Amino acid sequence: MTPAPSPEVLQAPLVVEFPFTRSLGPVQSAFLTGLRTRTVLGVRTTDGRVLMPPVEYDPVTADELSDLVEVAPTGTVTTWAWNPAPRRGQPLDTPFAWVLVRLDGADTALLHALDASGPDAVRTGMRVRIRWAGERVGAITDIACFEPYDGAEGGEAVPHSGEFTDPVTGIVAPARLDYTYAPGRAQSRYLKALADHTTRGERCPSCRKVYVPPRGACPTCGVATDEQVEVGPRGTVTTFCIVNIKARNLDIEVPYVYAHIALDGAGLALHGRVGGIPYDQVRMGLRVEPVWSEGSRYPDHYRPTGEPDADYDTYKELL
Amino acid sequence: MREVAIVAFGQSDHRRESAEVSEVEMLMPVLHEVLDAVGLRADEIDFTCSGSCDYLAGRAFSFTMALDGVGAWPPISESHVEMDGAWALYEAWTRLLAGEAETALVYSYGKSSPGDLREVLTRQLDPYYVAPLWPDSVSLAALQAQALLDAEDAEDAEDTVVDERALAAVAARSRIAAEDNPHAQVTGSPPPEALLEDPYLVRPLRRHDCPPVGDGAAAVVLAAGDTARRLCRRPAWIRGMDHRMEAHSLGVRDLTRSPSTRLAAERAGAFEAPADLAELHAPFTSQELILRRELGLGEGVRVNPSGGALAANPMMAAGLIRLGEAAAAIHRGAADRALAHATSGPCLQQNLVAVLEGDVL
Ligand SMILES: [Zn+2]
Repeated sequence: MTPAPSPEVLQAPLVVEFPFTRSLGPVQSAFLTGLRTRTVLGVRTTDGRVLMPPVEYDPVTADELSDLVEVAPTGTVTTWAWNPAPRRGQPLDTPFAWVLVRLDGADTALLHALDASGPDAVRTGMRVRIRWAGERVGAITDIACFEPYDGAEGGEAVPHSGEFTDPVTGIVAPARLDYTYAPGRAQSRYLKALADHTTRGERCPSCRKVYVPPRGACPTCGVATDEQVEVGPRGTVTTFCIVNIKARNLDIEVPYVYAHIALDGAGLALHGRVGGIPYDQVRMGLRVEPVWSEGSRYPDHYRPTGEPDADYDTYKELL
Repeated sequence: MREVAIVAFGQSDHRRESAEVSEVEMLMPVLHEVLDAVGLRADEIDFTCSGSCDYLAGRAFSFTMALDGVGAWPPISESHVEMDGAWALYEAWTRLLAGEAETALVYSYGKSSPGDLREVLTRQLDPYYVAPLWPDSVSLAALQAQALLDAEDAEDAEDTVVDERALAAVAARSRIAAEDNPHAQVTGSPPPEALLEDPYLVRPLRRHDCPPVGDGAAAVVLAAGDTARRLCRRPAWIRGMDHRMEAHSLGVRDLTRSPSTRLAAERAGAFEAPADLAELHAPFTSQELILRRELGLGEGVRVNPSGGALAANPMMAAGLIRLGEAAAAIHRGAADRALAHATSGPCLQQNLVAVLEGDVL
């Protein structure tokens, strides 16, 4: 685990989840569909080897492959590693061996888990067989794991049409990764000030531009921005758009205005929603100020101040 | 062919955790260090190329934030690889060879601390047959190590015996060497016999066989011909560089060999003359033994005096650091001809080899 950093550094959990939907080629489709019916398919290369798991193209010759064969559900461990602490998503939740298994009839090996009582019960060369999952959907996880086996050896690979009813043509591969996000020095300073309803930009020591929000470096000069400068709270709408698409999980009625707002003293515009004014009356040069909702770390939106509009020349460089 | 050299190298201190700095805040001092070393401003660099990985940060296009640190606005000539910085260096090298640039800045960085690296790295695997099983990076390296141990049992070994003690010896030698490397994350080691008393992490690998997980950054400056001679007293000339990879599926490979390393080394000219130094990117002890054999490194070659990836393995930077360390040894006259190697992916999936030489002084 990551040790706790010093208390002034902000951190927050960040979860990234992506359910990848992937289509299958003809060989992969036959292989994964086969697993659903406890049939293990390999593919024969042009020089006669049997690749299992099968692939669409020969990794050595790059030949397109389609000559499917059925191999045995029994095989031999070619190498192994003892995993004493299974992790999320792995095939077994009790200690197991990772193994490469060359199934009888195949010339290459499949990576999977071996359910064994302990590392002393595993060795290279040991005989194993597939333990099938109770519910099979056409995925590599239809093989629950391997288990020790002392029965007869399977024979040669035999030709197989690869045809099944209702073949699997795609897989959905869910993935979730958990992070602890830390925004670093400049953004931590900015976010902390913002929680106190103060907006602090940072000035480039070289070109003097004030960045809001600061990202830690001036992208023109390539140096750290380290002088904090209070900006706003008022600012000027430099440009805007009218949003007509309702965002998911966002309780804001459409249409509404999303604007670039140059806070007074800032060297560039930030963006925010403009409220407290009909959407069709928002205009470039409109003077606005932030509206904070109770307990919020950042402004909910910006509203008109009632001042006269800013002169174009005062913000034309900030568009 | 145009001559191209590494003329400056810098790296951060590598640490387990760096939450107080953003990526650009971690990277910027290293960029300034290499630019200062050659007396160039960012806007005097013709081409910039970087290496990083969004999966480490968990944020799409995270490299664009790091670009702030090089002064990328107004737009500069720039490229990025979602790979170790060694491959960014390769791209920059081809630009210089083609005469499209006189100077290049190459940098890379990785913060492994925000996520769980062993899980993050499963996402680089075959998404159909392998990634759904979530095999973590240490377990895959352990499969390779076991294959190596088995192979030595089965056949008559060549000259050295590969057993768990030989693996521990690599760990001890690397981390003791790292005591002289102020940037290293892990330094010092008990003797190999004592290391073998520790429990297995993923058998046959113990903790000492594995690289530390950490955050760090590195940068180099490349320059061509007379520009290189002007910027550096003793440029580290890149005599050759090539990268190759293995078949995608672990089960079709002989995990005890690295034919891609050997081929890349041949194409880079590594076997044309003996080297006196090799910086190998071997995150796991067993991988150093495999690489030594493929590269034909004998006793006369100093291997990883920096401590290598066993002393500091910032993802996306550790390969570039091998090139940088080898070049720095040439800069200071501690080596005349050096091999640098970088790897990527599980079980030495992809390998890059470069040959660096200094002029005779
Ligand atoms: Zn500036």
